[in-house]
Amino acid sequence: MTSTSTTIGELDTRRPAEHTWFRKFLNLEPINLLWLAIFLFLLVLVAAPIGYLIKVSFEETGTGVFTLGNYISAYGRSRYVSGLVNSVLLGLATAAVCVVIAVPMAWAVSRSNMPMKWLAWAVVLGSFILPPYLTAIGWILMAGPNSGWLNWGWMWLTGAESGIFNIYSFTGIVLVIAFNAFPFIFLFTKSALDLISTEMEEAAQILGADTFRTTLKVTLPLVWPSILGGIIIVFLEAIALFGVPALLGIPARINLVTTQLWQFFGYPLRLEVAAAYAMPLLLITLSLIYVQRLLLARKGYVSQSGKGGERRPIDIGGWRWVLLGWCFFIGLLAVFLPAGAIVQASLSKAWGLGMSWDNFTFDHYRAILFEHSLTREAIANSFTFAAGAAFIAISMALCVAYIVTRKLVPGANVLAFLCMAPFVIPGIVLAIGFYAAYASPPLALYGTALLIILAFTARFLPIAYGTSAAGMRSINPEMEEAVRILGGGRLRAIRSVVAPLLKKTLLGGWLLVFIPATRELSAAIFLVAPNTRVMSVLIYDMTEEGRFEVVSALGCIILVSTTFLVWLGFRLVGRDFMLRER
Amino acid sequence: MSKLVLRDVVKNYGDFTAVDHVNLSIDEGEFVSLLGPSGCGKTTTLRMIAGFIPPTQGTIEMDGQVLSSPNSSLPPERRQMSMIFQSYAIWPNMTVAENVGFGLKLRKLPAAEVRQRTHEILEVVQMSHLADRYPAELSGGQQQRVALARAIVVKPSVLLLDEPLSNLDANLREEMRFEIRRLHDEFRITTVYVTHDQGEAMVTSDRIAVMSAGRIEQIDAPYTLYNRPKSRFVAGFIGRTNFLEGKLAADKVTFDGFEIDARRFGAAFNGSDGSVRFSVRPQTLKLHSAPLANGAGGCVIGGKIVERSYLGETWDYVVSPNGANLQLRVSTLPSQVHDVGDDIWIEFDPEQMAVIA
Repeated sequence: MTSTSTTIGELDTRRPAEHTWFRKFLNLEPINLLWLAIFLFLLVLVAAPIGYLIKVSFEETGTGVFTLGNYISAYGRSRYVSGLVNSVLLGLATAAVCVVIAVPMAWAVSRSNMPMKWLAWAVVLGSFILPPYLTAIGWILMAGPNSGWLNWGWMWLTGAESGIFNIYSFTGIVLVIAFNAFPFIFLFTKSALDLISTEMEEAAQILGADTFRTTLKVTLPLVWPSILGGIIIVFLEAIALFGVPALLGIPARINLVTTQLWQFFGYPLRLEVAAAYAMPLLLITLSLIYVQRLLLARKGYVSQSGKGGERRPIDIGGWRWVLLGWCFFIGLLAVFLPAGAIVQASLSKAWGLGMSWDNFTFDHYRAILFEHSLTREAIANSFTFAAGAAFIAISMALCVAYIVTRKLVPGANVLAFLCMAPFVIPGIVLAIGFYAAYASPPLALYGTALLIILAFTARFLPIAYGTSAAGMRSINPEMEEAVRILGGGRLRAIRSVVAPLLKKTLLGGWLLVFIPATRELSAAIFLVAPNTRVMSVLIYDMTEEGRFEVVSALGCIILVSTTFLVWLGFRLVGRDFMLRER
Repeated sequence: MSKLVLRDVVKNYGDFTAVDHVNLSIDEGEFVSLLGPSGCGKTTTLRMIAGFIPPTQGTIEMDGQVLSSPNSSLPPERRQMSMIFQSYAIWPNMTVAENVGFGLKLRKLPAAEVRQRTHEILEVVQMSHLADRYPAELSGGQQQRVALARAIVVKPSVLLLDEPLSNLDANLREEMRFEIRRLHDEFRITTVYVTHDQGEAMVTSDRIAVMSAGRIEQIDAPYTLYNRPKSRFVAGFIGRTNFLEGKLAADKVTFDGFEIDARRFGAAFNGSDGSVRFSVRPQTLKLHSAPLANGAGGCVIGGKIVERSYLGETWDYVVSPNGANLQLRVSTLPSQVHDVGDDIWIEFDPEQMAVIA
């Protein structure tokens, strides 16, 4: 066995009968060794935190002895149970509001001859760009009791003693979350409506139904499964959200699951009870996502008709202005007013003094960008953590997508499953799991950047995987086989062909992780230490202190950077960026 | 000596047998087609030769050395072959010249030689004026030529083609099959060509292996394959034909309604008496509107025209011999016109009737 060199141009002359294991080793592809490393890393990222979460929920504080006591503590007080009930009610109410907001918009854009359809898209996009906690802050500025702009206006108009709006209320929480979450229902409904052929509606009309009846009796029932799918997503968003309930609910003493979890994390820390209390959130999410999959797998009745045929916009006469007005009204409430209030506050010496040159200042921007090390660090942290998480997530996702689509190892689907699993884990639950698994010794990652980067990676891995898998599916395997038959190895094929072809997809996927990671609050708030605070956490802390001008300036930095990145994404990837699936 | 040998190759996917005990040996410089309907195992066989799939059983050998066996399979990149794919697999991120030069670069040839050989081969496939274009700017036929150039330029020990023309339109397909044969005549590369189109296989190949349900039914030169098919499947798959069943008894073969002297058939019978099956090509039958003067040894029988269709280049008649429950397709020159219902005399040529299994 002298020559093991197998350079191109020589053929391996050994018979297979001799030294079988040796030949097997020589013929092994290097990439096969990679998958084990990826598998282990995915265990660290996804399986271990959830495993630890469950384990800790059955352990006695300090001793680690098995107990059911945590569950008894978590569900033994009526205050804690009402938190659960409130969250469910919040989810249902938010979903209902979202349907009212979004279904008419989706119908108008997809089916009618409403003018200026781009306005609806702008509203949807703006609502995506505005993180929920900033919408909440914008609305505090507008509808805080007595001090908010709308209340000022009301008192000025009517001479009343006090304002009529109070954003620190259950209704306030519902509306603010709905203003952020309605795009899910809009997109689900719109894409389902796009598949319905006009002929379906004409068939109803030829039998004598008018437009309104047709829409109500034919069109909407056809897309109902998709609307329901959207409702489920909105419901899950609402019950798992931390920022808005914390900013608006805690002052109003409205107890919700997420804010209660936060209080368990206060002093004294009750990690085990928090873990037990997080279980319903996890289980509800798991089961509802399963239901949603079933619904959308059937695709309603829409996909039956195949290509969908021709679609002509319906002439709805004067109603088109009503619908346009509705889109504009929603844009006002969800995007333009809150964002405007934040911009105004960020440029004011004191936001309550209103718009005048005397009150105008850039001081807050100068302070947060150049003077306070706290804000500068938080900004730097946000971007570096997000960049790191996006990089790790997209690399992992690409490797897994490659292994899965090329069926390199048996059981590769397990890897795909692990990549997609965080999709059914609410961010706040994932964060508690990470805390349980890695915060304390032996790893003692609490206070390190690594802990937050890993948590962000896990949180957004499904987005990265979805993008990478779609990219890989678009590459014909023959592209790589052509490299190999000409004498290049698999790694060579990846370097010369797959990577260059996926460049744009990967960049788009990187942005899709980077953007939400720069503004993530629910996963971050449980894991940051004083030295690893990020923008979103700082905004939350400073809002509690009432420093709305500085908060607004920080918020504007998030808005500007997000807008720029979204623009970049559209430039690179094209129209499909962000709005494609979600 | 044979260049490439497939010895008893089997490929199973679970319970499904995609390739079933295939034996094939291909000589140096030979052009062999694997022809068959989709799902017959021809592409699986080709991909096993390329090394993308290991066999479940059997071995694949080149120049006497084992490339593939169930235990171990030399990866495709070390087989010194090249392949043309159904999708062409032209890399869209490289220019035409970069595509063609890629394999040469992998062989670590000096840059000057890479340029030189790339240029030469692009001349051969008449693509040198498009060397700096990207594939997205090329037509399907041009991409096909790039794929050919890229595969040939490395002087592979074996060239594999996987339905390379199936994505082209009819005219281009016709042109490219001659192009492929021309390149083979010029470079004499041992070639395995997979197709489901018998016309392509007939034009390009030295020998054709007809496959069905994972097995090779028959392997022969195109002429033999067409005129002497050995099985019902081969006869039916290559061109159109009539199947006739007869009984061999004493020195006669008795068909439904007529009989022919057994000694007049070109092929020898297996000796045993019993039923014999024949494949009779429509153009080997002749139609006459009057009985022939010299009965021609019982090879002419009366009948009626049942159906007819005019195809431009030929007439296509369906005739039914008198007193027989039988319909035969006959192909004649356009000038030979008969009406449906006409009485007709059908002349058989026993020399051209192939005995099939």
